[in-house]
This record gives sequence, structure tokens and C-alpha cells, in this order.
Amino acid sequence: MKKYIIDFKVSSNKAMGNNAILLKLRAPGQLPEMKPGQFVEVKVENEPNTFLRRPISINYADYKNNEIWLLIQKVGNGTRKLGELQTGDTLNCVIPLGNGFDTSAVKDKKVLLVGGGVGVAPMLMLGATLKAEGMTPTFLLGARTQSMLLEQELFEQTGKLYVTTEDGSLGEKGFVTNHSILEKEHFDKIFVCGPTPMMKAVAKYAKNNNICCEVSLENKMACGLGACLCCVTETQEGHKCVCTDGPVFNINDLTWQI
Amino acid sequence: MADLTTHIGNLTLKNPVMTASGTFGFGLEFADFVKLDEIGGIIVKGTTLHKREGNPYPRLAETPMGMINAVGLQNKGVDYFVEHTYPQLKDIDTQIIVNVAGHSIDDYTACAERINTLEKINAIELNISCPNVKEGGMSFGTSCPMVEKVVGAVRKVYNKTLIVKLTPNVTDIAEIAKAAEHAGADSVSLINTLMGMAIDAEKRKPLISTVTGGLSGACVKPVALRMVWQVAKAVKIPVVGLGGIMNATDAIEFMLAGASAIEIGTANFIDPAITVKIAKGIDEYLERHGFKSVKDIIGALEV
Ligand SMILES: Cc1cc2nc3c(=O)[nH]c(=O)nc-3n(C[C@H](O)[C@H](O)[C@H](O)COP(=O)(O)OP(=O)(O)OC[C@H]3O[C@@H](n4cnc5c(N)ncnc54)[C@H](O)[C@@H]3O)c2cc1C
Ligand SMILES: Cc1cc2nc3c(=O)[nH]c(=O)nc-3n(C[C@H](O)[C@H](O)[C@H](O)COP(=O)(O)O)c2cc1C
Ligand code: FES
Repeated sequence: MKKYIIDFKVSSNKAMGNNAILLKLRAPGQLPEMKPGQFVEVKVENEPNTFLRRPISINYADYKNNEIWLLIQKVGNGTRKLGELQTGDTLNCVIPLGNGFDTSAVKDKKVLLVGGGVGVAPMLMLGATLKAEGMTPTFLLGARTQSMLLEQELFEQTGKLYVTTEDGSLGEKGFVTNHSILEKEHFDKIFVCGPTPMMKAVAKYAKNNNICCEVSLENKMACGLGACLCCVTETQEGHKCVCTDGPVFNINDLTWQI
Repeated sequence: MADLTTHIGNLTLKNPVMTASGTFGFGLEFADFVKLDEIGGIIVKGTTLHKREGNPYPRLAETPMGMINAVGLQNKGVDYFVEHTYPQLKDIDTQIIVNVAGHSIDDYTACAERINTLEKINAIELNISCPNVKEGGMSFGTSCPMVEKVVGAVRKVYNKTLIVKLTPNVTDIAEIAKAAEHAGADSVSLINTLMGMAIDAEKRKPLISTVTGGLSGACVKPVALRMVWQVAKAVKIPVVGLGGIMNATDAIEFMLAGASAIEIGTANFIDPAITVKIAKGIDEYLERHGFKSVKDIIGALEV
């Protein structure tokens, strides 16, 4: 897929949950072709401690309005600075990056989309893409507490939504892997994005039940283009770049001890 | 438009902007953003005789205005390069230069010999920052006798342009440059990364798997500039300057300090189209100051 460097204009920046934002960014022309699970590298301006670009998943691609959405958790200097962006500001992005989820063989299959924390971000675009193909995706999203579950309504509009919270304030209490839906229903494929322990727990469930499972990794990146070799993960075939061979990997290709 | 042509020994560059090894992949990774034939030279990822997996993750820590990396020369080996990568590069209308690394003198010479057979590759850049495994693991580039030995050995088997890339982690870089020149180098390039370290205080752990790593980016520029200045005064062969170049002004400063050409490294990560912008920026500077050729600013610093 051809990559571009685009100066987007911020069309809105909305506070989400406790500590996150939803940035809607308008392209000056037509949006490039993108796949769910791909990401952008954003350039954070006027933040002296943020030297490198920041990788952020594409939360949603609104081709009608030529907008992409980024759902961002403010964890450090760079993401906090992005939180200060105002409508009309410019944000320079390299887009689209990475391989994306493999949706080639999911037609008429039961798919489960699992997201934890800000890892729900790519699941919206994935779900919307599956819905557009006539499927009904099932989402299983985990958050620490009710107020930290992001984009709940959008997920409800896109598919069937199940939720776990660690304090039981919404949905079932516990982690996503404790949810009863995993006992009640059978899924043919699982896509996961979230904190590594959560992804490993879901991967273990998938492996034990012989379900095809893809996870989206969040390694530290410098170039995002497969040039610097900083972002590698261990795979069955040695080191691979998370930015180009990933961020999405089939769990069978990784060397996770699960 | 001014004449941007510059020379490194027998090597002619259409403009002085090259890419620093390890920061531009094999060039193809950037083909969506820049016309590769508008770059003066593409120095590809460090290549060793045998395939190397590199260091474990994490390999990267961001630091103020820079970054520390510990990639550890991950590459597929020279045979893979010759068979699979070279065919994709050979028709790009620019100088493709292979950065050659090794852990013994035999490694270096075997790798250089193999590259010597490639018609469209007119130069190698010898990365002598690697540890000499056979002699206690000290970097080849840190002692004059070792530099003479490795450069001399490669010189015997490689008959095109030989650029020797110097490590800044030495007491007197001018002495090292002279040793490389004496052993037959056609040019020296500098600087490679500065040895650095980054710690996560909360976790009381190093931020990269190897504890120490190579510092690069804007923060190293003043050190790099000083070293290029010192080396350019000490040797007669052309000097290639790099280290923290982020824009055309930085590039021009290196040339004023004595560099005949420059390399762009970490800046490629921040703006994948920076190389051609810098070439254009140099041209604008020359026009603005009434210089006809980029050669007019090489070493033109008025002290
Ligand atoms: C492919 C990919 C997609 C991503 N998608 C999103 C997304 O959609 N939304 C979102 O909010 N974040 C996403 N991230 C993570 C995001 O890139 C980091 O949170 C961001 O770079 C932190 O920058 P900072 O300057 O705010 O924090 P820094 O000051 O750099 O770091 C602050 C803290 O966050 C931790 N941190 C930094 N980078 C990462 C990382 N990559 N993974 C885990 N912890 C990290 C650091 O260890 C540190 O403790 C993604 C990462 C990748 C690799
Ligand atoms: C991720 C990364 C990988 C590198 N790999 C190599 C390499 O393989 N061989 C080499 O000679 N230098 C390597 N370098 C060093 C650069 O070529 C350059 O000398 C250094 O980064 C300083 O320039 P800069 O500040 O413009 O990046 C690497 C640098 C980085 C950041
Ligand atoms: S971030 Fe540079 S290779 Fe992946």
C-alpha cells in the first residue's frame, strides 16, 4: 500500500474517559487506502522532549468526510501534547503503516474482536469494516472501570458488545478472559489489541481452543518503515519488524510461552 | 541552480546528500516519499559476512533531542544482499554504497571482496566501530594500529572507493583518521554513534537490552561538527560529515567545517522526505550567497 506524508487539519479534539482524547483529522484531499489494524506515525510539534514520531492506530477511517480518527491515551509528554491540539491545528502524519488484520478468510465466520484499554482503538475500524461486508462482529472490551471504557456507543452501533471491568462497574467483573461469552459461544477467529498480559491471556485461550488468533503489538518504534530495525519482535523465523511485518501477528508465528 | 556535484576520491556524487547506514534501510523503504535518484548517494544498512539476528528487544530509547539504539547489526548477510537486494538497487540512478561491518579482519575482507564484484556499487563504507572479537572485543576503530591493520587488509582486496567510517568514542579522532588515510582509505566519514546509556528510574532498569547503546540525532551535532573540523584539518583525503544533521543549515555547517559530502541519519525517521529537502536547501543557500558550486563552501569556514 502506498504511503504518504500528509498534513492533516484537526477538525475536533474531544476528551474521552479519564485520560484519553479522540482526534478527528481531515486530509487536504482524498484519504489514502487503509486497512484496519494499520497505524500512523504522528509528528508532535513544540514538545522538546518528543524527538521521534509517535505510532498511533487508525481508530476509524471516515472516507465520506476524508477524516481519520485517532483515539489516544495520554501517557507521557508526546501524547499529552497531542491532547492540547485545537481545531484547525495541523498534524503531520506518515500514513498508512503496518500490515493490518487479516480479514481475508472471515466471511460468514464468527469473529471476536477483543480490546483492552486504549487497545480498543483499532477494533472500531476493524468492526466497521466487517459490518460493511455484511457481518455482525462481536466485541469483547475490557476496562479498569466504567468511565475508562472508550467509544462504548460506537461499538454498540457496530456489533454485539460485551464488556468486563476490573471493578465490576460495567458489564461482568474481571478480565476479558473471565467473560462468560467465551464459555457460551464458539468463535472461529479472534483479533486482539491491548496490554501484553491481556493479549497473552486471550492468545492462551485461543490456542487451547484451537481458534485462529491475531494480536496487535505495540513495540517502541523510531522509523515505522522497516528501516531502523528498532521495533523487532521474536518470531519463529527470527526477529521481525513490528512496524512492517506487524503490528498484527498470528500467535503461531510468535514465540510466546503460552 | 548551482552545481551540486561533489567528489569523494574517484566517486562522483550528483549532490552532497547521502543517507547514513542503518537509518534508510536499503532506500526502497523510502521510495514512496522521495525520488531515490535525487539523493546524492544511498549508504545501505551495515552488511556482514554472515547473517546476524542483532540484539534482543528493546533496542531503542528516546533521549532529549536524540535516541539511543542497540540494533546490533541485524542483517541477512552479504550473500543475501548480493543475490536478493542488489538486483533491486542496481538500476537506481544514484551511487549505492554498501556499509561493511565485521568482527574479525577476515570477515571484513571476505565481505568487501564479495561487494567488489558488484558492477554498480562503486564504493564501500567500512564501519570500524564494531568490536574485534578475536582481540578482546575492543572496537577496531579505537586504536591506530588496529585501524591500519583492518583498513590495509581491506584496501588489498577492494579496488574501488573505500570510505572508512570512524567512531567518535576515541581520545583523538584526528590521529585515527590519519591512520585510516595512511592505510589507503580514499575518504573518512564521521561520526558513527556516540556511546550512551538510558535508565528507567521507576523500574530501576536500563531502557535497552544491552544497557549501553549508540546515541544519534540532533543532540550529537556539536560534537560531530567539532570532530569533522578537526579531521578535515588533519587529513588530505575528502571527509564525509554526519551526526545530528536535521536540516539544510546543519548540512551546510558540516561542509563549511570541511566535509565534501554529508549523510542524513536519524532525521530520516522524523521526516522521511528530508534528504531531497536538504539537497534543495543547500542549492538555495548557494544561490543566495552567489556560489556557483557546492565545492566553494567545502572548508570555507572563516576563523
Ligand atoms: C503500532 C502501534 C499503535 C499504537 N496505537 C495507539 C493508539 O491507538 N492509541 C494510543 O493511545 N497509543 C497507541 N500506541 C502507543 C503510543 O505510541 C504510545 O503511548 C506513545 O508513543 C507514548 O508517547 P508519549 O510521548 O506520550 O510517552 P513517553 O513519554 O514516550 O512514554 C511515557 C510512558 O509510556 C510508555 N510507552 C511509551 N511508548 C509505549 C508503547 N509503544 N507501548 C507501551 N508503552 C509505551 C513508556 O514506557 C513510558 O512509561 C501505539 C503504539 C504502537 C507501536
Ligand atoms: C537505528 C540506527 C542504526 C544504525 N546502523 C548503522 C549501521 O548498520 N552501520 C553504521 O555504520 N552506522 C549505523 N548507524 C549510525 C548512523 O549511520 C550514523 O552514523 C549516526 O546515527 C549519526 O548520525 P545521525 O545523528 O544523523 O543519525 C545507525 C544509527 C541508527 C540510529
Ligand atoms: S520502527 Fe524502524 S524498523 Fe520498525
